[in-house]
Amino acid sequence: MSYLEYNVKRSPSGLRKVLYVNWPLVLLLTAVASVGFLQLYSVSGGDFDRWAEPQMQRYALSLAVMLAIGFVPLWFWRSMSVLAYAVSFLLLVGVEFFGSVGMGAQRWLELGPIRLQPSEMMKIAIVMMMATYYDWLDIKRVSHPFWVLLAVVLIAAPAFLVLVQPDLGTALMILGAGGMVMFFAGVSLWYFGAVIGAGVGLVTLVFASRGTEWQLLRDYQFRRIDAFLDPTLDPLGSSYHINQAMIALGSGGWSGRGFMQGTQSRLNFLPEKHTDFIFNTLAEEFGFIGSVFLLTLYIGIIVTCVIAAMQAKNRFASLLILGIAGNFFLYFAINMAMVMGLAPVVGVPLPLVSYGGSAMLMILIGFGLVQSACIHRPREKS
Amino acid sequence: MKRSPKDNEDSARRISRRAALLGGAQLVFAGVLVLRMRSLQLGQSEEFRLLAEENRINIRLLPPARGVIYDRAGAVLATNVQNYRIVLVREDAGEPREALERLAQIIALTPEDIERAEREIMRHRPFVPVTIADQLNWEEVARVAANAPAMPGVTPEVGWTRFYPFGAEFAHSVGYVGPVSERDLEERENPDPLLMIPRFQIGKIGVEREYEDTLRGSAGHRRIEVNAVGREMRELDRQEGDPGSNVRLTLDRQLQAFALARLGEDSASAVVMEVQTGNVLALASAPSFDPNLFVRGISVADYAGLRDDDHRPMSNKTVQGAYPPGSTFKMVTALAAFEAGLATPDERVFCPGYLEAAGRRFHCWNRGGHGRVNLTSALSESCDVYFYDLSQRVGIDRINAMAERLGLGIRYDLPLSGISSGLNPSREWKRDRRGADWVIGDTINASIGQGFVLATPLQLAVMTCRLATNRAIMPRLIHAIDDIEQPIPDQPPLGLTPAVLAQVQRGMYEASNSNRGTAYGSRIVEASLRMAGKTGSSQVFSITAAERAAGVRRQDQLPWNRRDHALFVCYAPDVDPRYAVSVVVEHGGGGSSVAAPIARDIILAAQNGGLPPLEAYPTPQRNRIETMIRTISEQIGPPATPDNGRSRA
Repeated sequence: MSYLEYNVKRSPSGLRKVLYVNWPLVLLLTAVASVGFLQLYSVSGGDFDRWAEPQMQRYALSLAVMLAIGFVPLWFWRSMSVLAYAVSFLLLVGVEFFGSVGMGAQRWLELGPIRLQPSEMMKIAIVMMMATYYDWLDIKRVSHPFWVLLAVVLIAAPAFLVLVQPDLGTALMILGAGGMVMFFAGVSLWYFGAVIGAGVGLVTLVFASRGTEWQLLRDYQFRRIDAFLDPTLDPLGSSYHINQAMIALGSGGWSGRGFMQGTQSRLNFLPEKHTDFIFNTLAEEFGFIGSVFLLTLYIGIIVTCVIAAMQAKNRFASLLILGIAGNFFLYFAINMAMVMGLAPVVGVPLPLVSYGGSAMLMILIGFGLVQSACIHRPREKS
Repeated sequence: MKRSPKDNEDSARRISRRAALLGGAQLVFAGVLVLRMRSLQLGQSEEFRLLAEENRINIRLLPPARGVIYDRAGAVLATNVQNYRIVLVREDAGEPREALERLAQIIALTPEDIERAEREIMRHRPFVPVTIADQLNWEEVARVAANAPAMPGVTPEVGWTRFYPFGAEFAHSVGYVGPVSERDLEERENPDPLLMIPRFQIGKIGVEREYEDTLRGSAGHRRIEVNAVGREMRELDRQEGDPGSNVRLTLDRQLQAFALARLGEDSASAVVMEVQTGNVLALASAPSFDPNLFVRGISVADYAGLRDDDHRPMSNKTVQGAYPPGSTFKMVTALAAFEAGLATPDERVFCPGYLEAAGRRFHCWNRGGHGRVNLTSALSESCDVYFYDLSQRVGIDRINAMAERLGLGIRYDLPLSGISSGLNPSREWKRDRRGADWVIGDTINASIGQGFVLATPLQLAVMTCRLATNRAIMPRLIHAIDDIEQPIPDQPPLGLTPAVLAQVQRGMYEASNSNRGTAYGSRIVEASLRMAGKTGSSQVFSITAAERAAGVRRQDQLPWNRRDHALFVCYAPDVDPRYAVSVVVEHGGGGSSVAAPIARDIILAAQNGGLPPLEAYPTPQRNRIETMIRTISEQIGPPATPDNGRSRA
């Protein structure tokens, strides 16, 4: 949607915009975030100041940012897409040369007091970029090899830069988010079939590279994969974390051990209990019921987004909403699969629940774009 | 780009289709997640909950209080005392080196101590308390406590350690405890988990070792909740262990102290037994050592001093020392002959000072000869030739049997370490061990307790009890366990002909009461306390021809370790005997001059229930004896208190 298409008359303006905010989405997001506050309070052993309070402050701030973004007309965001992508990409290049190393990976850039994670920005920028790209591209050319290749380059280049940081989880999410927008835009299914085939080939290659000079993954990543494939291999070594996580999750049973009664998290057996493995503390304390409840909230967010995308009647808006939702799905799906022992431990937090301001802000910026699409949807004047 | 409405329609349809497709895939994936949750949380929850409990709960053993050891009257010989130590917790103390140096200004810590403690601290996790100094006295603890605000993470702690109030007096019999060694663990098939506790102490020698299982008690436990790094979070429940049983010995502290003091500087031992019961009242082995040194961890220098001392302080000579019994064996030879009917007590043998047999000349100690002697005079004057003569008639087999009947060559099952069985030689023994046939010269040597015969002071005391009672008295050391009296072992009659035994007893009486007796100088004048005894001087080396040529005639001219052992056995009173005493002074010279006076003092002390009564001594000796008794009584102090500082390695 360009400015020229923007129908001022048929879109809400001024304070009336508040009425057209997608309130169910806000409600669901807040519900998920509240689950996070509760668990952060629990795993800190009842210390409100430690994690729960800062998380609530960040959520409040991020929510304000989301609404602010939502109140800006969508055409503005569409015209910012290329810029956002370009800036994120340059920062990714920059982080490669000037970035600080933390947790064994180069992930952020210190710009004075601000700590920038360009890979987080890229998760949003890639969706904006691809939605714009396919909105701009003639529908008939969507499956043309050249335009497909161009899209693949646009996605793969930042993904590669993130992979060499090395941050496998985020790289996969950029690939996934970009790929999903391509899928929604209608790129021929054959390409996807071919990619899946190539993916299988790549996995084989990665494993073949192990122990050779051109090893494609770091040793710790290989060890994580080993631990994933057989958690009993080395219970005190690389698979200690996933074993303890599974114990926490499994010992929850039907209804859990009760709020603040989870021994695995309270006694620190659970690693990263306030970040990547927070789902396990929930599963331990609230059991199967609690776990399914949270999953339902997440699916509710996806469904709300899909409905909004259907209502949008605008190619850019639909692709943007579906891309953001797909990205969000990848977040929680990868995290949950990881903490349940269905996927290797790649370091993806549980969106809106795990402690951490940067990821939360980026997620709500994404939903801000969704809100913008919802608010500025052309409506029949009543 | 402006799109036609058809394009827009087309776009929207395609997006919807694709969204439905991917949304479906996402729902399938969500379904997989739910199935996985179901399988883990509902299917395997029991299993995982168990694993969580195993993670969470640790069991810690609670060491029980070790049983106390008492003497017969209830004096405490081994007990548990509070032991103050200083522990440091790294995470509270900050830089360990600085904390240790601050501590060194308050209590004595050598640079080596600091280095060792620092290594120990760094080996453990930061919250683990590490013991820096042990066995502190109260003053030092108070100083540390007073400086507590300046030294975070450094705290005094109290534990239990073994203490022996009478120190050296019971070092050999009660023994001592020490930390569990690798060997201690290897020796046991199923070691008590308590032994795995760091710094746990178990008996190393003596009663402490032999009654280890009785004294130790059984462990209590507490279940605690720990976190992932093993830090204790809280106690879930606690079950105290059963303390070890208290053991009361037959030993008499007063008598033991007197006997040990009386043995003095010599390498010597004395055993006192109750004749009728076999109760062992004293087991003195001199010199002795302070067992508390071993509990605290003996220094290398102290240990080397004990190990290299030629008087062997660490050996319990009362049961480990096996000596040729010398003339104290003569009762055995006599009884063997009379019981076999091969001689009569009244029969006289002529002693010219030697006896020729098998082409050799066997000398009597009295080279001038005793003239005609019968049993009584042979025992009292200790004529060797008389017994040479008997032994030729009676033969080694009967001597061997009689020696066993009187309790020699037997390993008594007392809770003491390294008990020797002595040696009661026989034809079979010589053939097996020496690969040679028994010859008549061996019998003649054996008849006066020389040659192959070896006996321990305990065995000699048992023999004396049996001679006094005509019953097979067995030694007994454990009086009661937890106030339950331990049975006195069976004392079947020995079956010696009373008239014959009476003659032997008469000979022993004469030895210490007739003016020709070898122990006349050590006689007791108080009639009710009189003793019957037998001297012995057993040769360790014969005086060589070269030495004789050089004019060596007397024992005190020989180097210490070549002099004869001095022995004396006795019982008292001579009628209705109550106590038996054996004394062996290694390389002491002569039994009559060295061993008999000691034995007299000890048996008088036993009969008097304290110190020997001065009236029991012949008048001319009283001045000297009075001084001696006073010196000894000054040496016997009250029990020590544990708070006498710390010895360090």
